[in-house]
Amino acid sequence: MKSAVIVFPGSNRERDMLNALEMISGTRPAAVWHADSELPDVDLVVVPGGFSYGDYLRTGAIAARAHIMPAVAKAAERGVRVLGVCNGFQILCETGLLPGVLMRNADLKFVCREVMLETANADTDFTRKYAQGQVWRCPVAHGEGNYFADEATIERLEGEGRVGLRYAKGDNPNGSINDIAGILNERGNVFGMMPHPENMIEELNGCTDGRALFESVLEAVA
Amino acid sequence: MIRNDIEITPELIAEHGLKPDEYQRILDLIGREPTLTELGIFSAMWNEHCSYKSSKKWLRTLPTTGERVICGPGENAGVVDIGDGQAVIFKMESHNHPSYIEPHQGAATGVGGILRDVFTMGARPVAALNALRFGEPDHPRTRHVVSGVVAGIGGYGNSFGVPTVGGEVNFDPSYNGNCLVNAFAAGLADTDKIFYSEAKGVGLPIVYLGSKTGRDGIHGATMASAEFDQDTEEKRPTVQIGDPFSEKLLLEACLELMASGAVIAIQDMGAAGLTCSAVEMGAKGNLGVELNLDAVPCREEGMTAYEMMLSESQERMLMVLDPAMEEQAKAIFRKWDLDFAIVGTTTDDLRFRVRQHGDVMADLPIKELGDEAPEYDRPWEATPKPAALDPSSLPAPNDIGKALEKMIGLPDMCSRRWVWEQYDHLIQGNTSVGPGGDAAVIRVDGTEKKGLAFTVDVTPRYCAADPFEGGKQAVAECWRNLSAVGAEPLAVTDNLNFGNPEKPDIMGQFVGCIQGIGEACRALDFPVVSGNVSLYNETNGQGILPTPAIGAVGLLPDVTARATIAFKAGNDAVIVLGDTKGHLGQSIYHRDLADGRGDASAPPPVDLTLERRHGDFVREEIRARRVTAVHDVSDGGLLVALAEMAMAGNMGAEITAKTDLALHAWAFGEDQGRYVVTVPDGEADALLARAEKAGIPAARIGTTGTHELTLNGGTPISVAGLKAIHEGWLPTYMAAAPEL
Repeated sequence: MKSAVIVFPGSNRERDMLNALEMISGTRPAAVWHADSELPDVDLVVVPGGFSYGDYLRTGAIAARAHIMPAVAKAAERGVRVLGVCNGFQILCETGLLPGVLMRNADLKFVCREVMLETANADTDFTRKYAQGQVWRCPVAHGEGNYFADEATIERLEGEGRVGLRYAKGDNPNGSINDIAGILNERGNVFGMMPHPENMIEELNGCTDGRALFESVLEAVA
Repeated sequence: MIRNDIEITPELIAEHGLKPDEYQRILDLIGREPTLTELGIFSAMWNEHCSYKSSKKWLRTLPTTGERVICGPGENAGVVDIGDGQAVIFKMESHNHPSYIEPHQGAATGVGGILRDVFTMGARPVAALNALRFGEPDHPRTRHVVSGVVAGIGGYGNSFGVPTVGGEVNFDPSYNGNCLVNAFAAGLADTDKIFYSEAKGVGLPIVYLGSKTGRDGIHGATMASAEFDQDTEEKRPTVQIGDPFSEKLLLEACLELMASGAVIAIQDMGAAGLTCSAVEMGAKGNLGVELNLDAVPCREEGMTAYEMMLSESQERMLMVLDPAMEEQAKAIFRKWDLDFAIVGTTTDDLRFRVRQHGDVMADLPIKELGDEAPEYDRPWEATPKPAALDPSSLPAPNDIGKALEKMIGLPDMCSRRWVWEQYDHLIQGNTSVGPGGDAAVIRVDGTEKKGLAFTVDVTPRYCAADPFEGGKQAVAECWRNLSAVGAEPLAVTDNLNFGNPEKPDIMGQFVGCIQGIGEACRALDFPVVSGNVSLYNETNGQGILPTPAIGAVGLLPDVTARATIAFKAGNDAVIVLGDTKGHLGQSIYHRDLADGRGDASAPPPVDLTLERRHGDFVREEIRARRVTAVHDVSDGGLLVALAEMAMAGNMGAEITAKTDLALHAWAFGEDQGRYVVTVPDGEADALLARAEKAGIPAARIGTTGTHELTLNGGTPISVAGLKAIHEGWLPTYMAAAPEL
């Protein structure tokens, strides 16, 4: 699998993501600078975590207007898989590639801890290596992961099986609506999630539950 | 605008924190009255924070060299060889005074400052820790300070992208008006790519990098060298504002610039900003420095030379550049959207000359600014040697289980989860053991399994009762924490927080602690490679508990062989290594369950020979993968250590105390040099035999299993119940009242 990781000023989990993708796919992804306007030919584009532009103005708002983002949108249009993790999820929402917004955590505090995730839809390019309803371990690290959208949007997301991941019952770290942890676009090739599967992939992390997410994409593009 | 040629009055001199004799020294040195800018420069260079004038004499007594030490104190951070051409670069520094005045920004900029110290030397920061001391929980300001400091540390480190992997938190009334925020950072670099601050070469460009200069933080270092009083709130404008985003850009730009070969010398602008960094670079390299302030990127219009020289705006660096590389260097900084300006040159006349609008605003001898700073041999009175506590003077608890429940729910003993869950401790993907253990462990990035361990520790109540033993204990406990995860202790950084050194009893605490630290570091081959002194931690004449916080680093050849504190499996043998003598003087039990706060009895003594023997043994057992869990015994004693292992593993144990001691002395005594280890049942005898051969007292005290902790067949204590108490105090406390 050929992949690319977008790097913005203030991205800080891009190295984690580059390492994870290399470890799992066997190929070092390209790191693409925000000021570029073209993407290499890839199967997967990842918008990584961090504090792009310091999270100033509003999380993801400035990055969503970076030079590279039209190219990301075009790739998504062509059906290239796009994964946004944490700040990447926020950026994809800000670009309109995904619906809804990520508000400040309900308790107004940054939270870094392990949560249990439930695979709400295992029939997606990003979750197919999990079993439907599988509960797995994954860390979160964010201050603004409280997913929200209007009623009609939530109804559509739920009705169309576009909620890929939920926080398991009683383990919602941020107050997101319907315990939503990750959602898909209509076509199913763009996925945004708050938790960090890239930090749950080897024995050192104490658990490898995050691998299946990357392996899902690997299988989907094969 | 403040003129540069105003009359230097005694009031003005006092406002600059300079004593009359110190001012006379300035007059003698330059042979004329200083300009206002020059007075500001002297006050910045000669304050306690920058000049170490009260502490230097004693700091020199510390051991600072060793086989692995590449660079000891005197640079931005210490550098220690970790093999394979790699080095760990680390330091701990205080940001106490600003953090009390403005907790969020004070703590945030403390983190920013220490990260900059590390990456100025060419290292990418890989771990942050912090040692925090707050006032008593009931003090009206404590909650506000805790909340702000934690949010500030998290806000900066999380955004910058360094994992905050450990730390400690204490509450004590002596910190009511003067919290302590000690921030530790460590980074990694190749041993042949380490950057220093010594300027080399005449006529070379001095380049200003990073954020623009504003009026924030003017006189921050002078404030940090003064006591607090009722007017402390008025000092808020002297606290700087942090911008972790700029710092992250500065990190990436600096590392890129360093890799390009353009950097000859580099120094971050920390305390006393432009003044300190320029003088240090020149003085170290035996060169003069000429600055042109018209070229300094400013955030505000009309800044005077005085303001620019004393500004402590954050996220700035000064660098001597290879002139042939100017264009490449500029391009790198443009790419990262940071300011880049040539603001001066190195000269051969050993003068520190500052020009603005064509006028010379300051012209001072550069070596003397640093080298001729006053140095004091302050009078000191040794703290009287405390008498041992008579253990029979302490009542036994009615119910040892209830006493344990009370202990683990105390403000100083409860879980710090509420704090560290606000810190990203996983970023970079190398965290092997995060917060909550004896020491944090990370993998060295890019290696398969090489690891580094980090810890910060000190027990201020021990230091208050007996500074010498307390100083020893702080070092020994760090050494123990590292050994308890399987790491070889390498070196330490010290962050010495004390009251007013002009008082002989406080100076006596300082001297005693330093002597204790020195003794322990020598005995354990644990050199001090960096550090920081914070004095005048007093409010209305009351000093803090002496708090020489130690940060320490250890090396693991194989992170997969590290130990953690959690009980792992049922039917493991529980073994205690080291002698349990029931020392209750200065124990948590004594202080908090037997009303002994402020008591002058002796803390537990530290036998450094045994300390080494026990630690070496435990480390060997861990590396051979023979033990399933390890925890050192510290605050609260043996039963608390067992409870912590049980809570971490969600598993109980049946414990039997075979002892002549009173049960509460056995359970809660704080004798030093002890570890609890677990091994599979069938391997217990072999471990006991190995311990005996090594000359280490070892006893099997129980077996893991069930979900309860029982002691001598008494009422079982539910581990889940203990956990609820242990986890409950801090969140409940922080939620109890609205923030100020």
